[in-house]
Amino acid sequence: MVEAVIRVVGLGKSYSTAAGLFPALREVDLSIETGEFVAIMGPSGSGKSTFMNLLGCLDTPSSGDYFLVGSRVADLDRDQLAALRNRSIGFVFQGFNLLPRMTLEDNVALPLVYAGVERAQRRERARQELARVGLADYAGSLPSRISGGQQQRVAIARALVNSPRLILADEPTGNLDSHTSEEIMTLFAALNRGGISIVLVTHEPDIAAYAARQVRFRDGRIVSDLPTPAQALTAC
Amino acid sequence: MLKAMLGEAWQAMGANRMRSVLTMLGMVIGVGSVVMMMAIGQGAQYAVAQTIRSMGSNLYIVISGSTSAGGLRSGGGGGPTLTIADAEAIAELDGVSNVAPVQQGTQQLVYGANNWSSTVVGTTPPYVDARAWTIVSGYPFGDSDVRAATRVALIGQTAADNLFGNDDPLGKTIRIRQSPFVIVGVLGKKGQNLDGRDQDDTVIIPLTTAQRKVFGNPFPGSVRLIMVQANTAEAMPAVEKQMTALLRQRHRLREGQDNDFYLRNLAAAADSAAETTRVMSVLLGAIASVSLLVGGIGIMNIMLVSVTERTREIGIRMAIGTRQKDILAQFLLEALMISVAGCLVGLVLGVGGALLTNALTDMVIVISGSSILVAFGVAAGIGIFFGYYPAHRAAALDPIEALRHQ
Ligand SMILES: Nc1ncnc2c1ncn2[C@@H]1O[C@H](COP(=O)(O)OP(=O)(O)OP(=O)(O)O)[C@@H](O)[C@H]1O
Ligand SMILES: [Mg+2]
Repeated sequence: MVEAVIRVVGLGKSYSTAAGLFPALREVDLSIETGEFVAIMGPSGSGKSTFMNLLGCLDTPSSGDYFLVGSRVADLDRDQLAALRNRSIGFVFQGFNLLPRMTLEDNVALPLVYAGVERAQRRERARQELARVGLADYAGSLPSRISGGQQQRVAIARALVNSPRLILADEPTGNLDSHTSEEIMTLFAALNRGGISIVLVTHEPDIAAYAARQVRFRDGRIVSDLPTPAQALTAC
Repeated sequence: MLKAMLGEAWQAMGANRMRSVLTMLGMVIGVGSVVMMMAIGQGAQYAVAQTIRSMGSNLYIVISGSTSAGGLRSGGGGGPTLTIADAEAIAELDGVSNVAPVQQGTQQLVYGANNWSSTVVGTTPPYVDARAWTIVSGYPFGDSDVRAATRVALIGQTAADNLFGNDDPLGKTIRIRQSPFVIVGVLGKKGQNLDGRDQDDTVIIPLTTAQRKVFGNPFPGSVRLIMVQANTAEAMPAVEKQMTALLRQRHRLREGQDNDFYLRNLAAAADSAAETTRVMSVLLGAIASVSLLVGGIGIMNIMLVSVTERTREIGIRMAIGTRQKDILAQFLLEALMISVAGCLVGLVLGVGGALLTNALTDMVIVISGSSILVAFGVAAGIGIFFGYYPAHRAAALDPIEALRHQ
């Protein structure tokens, strides 16, 4: 059996608030196999981002277990988690999160710096990824000089540069118009066909339609986990 | 990786140029004042060491008390208690290299129409060696000159300049108390002594001539001072002991009776002067270091602000796999860069300031490689010390908290 990219068992996360412990995520079980494209949906406040942060090893769960490519995340120290994020996960955020003072090329190459890759090779791979997202001509520009859609494509290039197995995207089209959103989703779909597993949070059904599987959250629980209806799949 | 980090540190500094420059200014002022103070302090130490060397080493001055002080030999007159015979006896002691009886005083020197008031020293030839005088032209007088009480003189640079201007003093005749003296030697330059008196404002003549022609002496064979030089610094305590015993015995002082002479250890005086300037230069350095400390706190302050401002950036970096120690190194490097850059500018300004001080005031300054190294080491130390806390705060940030930061 091929190891699942993601396997969570009884995952829970509570935030301590002024009103006491608030359970944002309760008893979540989920497995995502290599090569899957999963959309996570659900109303605001249902715990989607909380879940994504746990999947990204950016936050630690209050209960339950999380296995990323077979390793138990709770057993890893901060440096090992950093290395895991660096090599196995690519993040795409709603707000793009590029470093404003760096050129696009340097932004894309940054994960390689921490992976210990040589400068010349960093350049080459960064340019390659920028070309893949159609921004080869902007390598020397600053993030503030390009549009939101372009920034998100740079963020995707950065997520891809270290050849991760998994891309985590929390509302990547949340700040983009529908046309640009479609471009971004086409890019994700192409990457997924190339074998990368993708987990993507969205509120919009037509964005979720790009994924083959839709997981729905409500009040910190998974309420449905279904393949995308066939007519929606053929639509793209 | 280090290169990439250096580049980023440089960028971060450039992104807030005004702030970086102002932060650096603290270090510039700190390092500049430390370098300048050290240059001045070490200069003072050097000057004192030079002066001490010029005075002659391992010297004692035996000063005669008045006879009435001892009581015993007081015939009422109160002449000097030391004699030339005492000097000769001291010269026989072990560990003594030079002994010279001295009679000195201020006298008017006359050459043609020129007048100059100077210290006239009547003494014997060993004096020249004991005081480490050099003879730049001519010769010193000898024992025969002392025996015959010839009217010859060695002249110091200041006295020579004032009497002869640009003329060569050698062979010229000056008058002291109406008596003509032929200049047979010109003394090398020494500068000031520890009391700030010009040692070159002097004329040295044979003791016998001085007593007969210049000062007059109602007590023949007696003398006010005897200069004694020990062979080595180590020999000084033994020499002092023997000398005291010898003089007491020669002066027939009984047990319990006070000495009728004083011993002044010039080496001890020199040591204490050297110690004083050493303490002074340490103090100067310490005061200047306070500004260095203030500069370091400035760096810490700015780095803390910078960490807060860049919290989100730190979160992004953590998300893409930056390890804590990379973040720590990044911020330490920035602090280090500011302090080392400030140190470089401070060094230039400090050295410049010291040179300017030297040019404007004639103060001796010494800029040593070691003081520059120390300044650099301290600046690097300050960068690391004051940069560590902010860098540690940055590295300890929680990834998700940092990412959420607006
Ligand atoms: N740091 C936090 N401290 C306290 N409560 C939090 C924190 N983060 C999230 N929550 C709470 O946990 C719940 C889930 O939040 P989460 O951000 O996961 O929702 P979401 O599904 O991503 O919503 P949205 O669609 O609006 O992004 C919310 O009720 C939120 O108020
Ligand atoms: Mg969310």
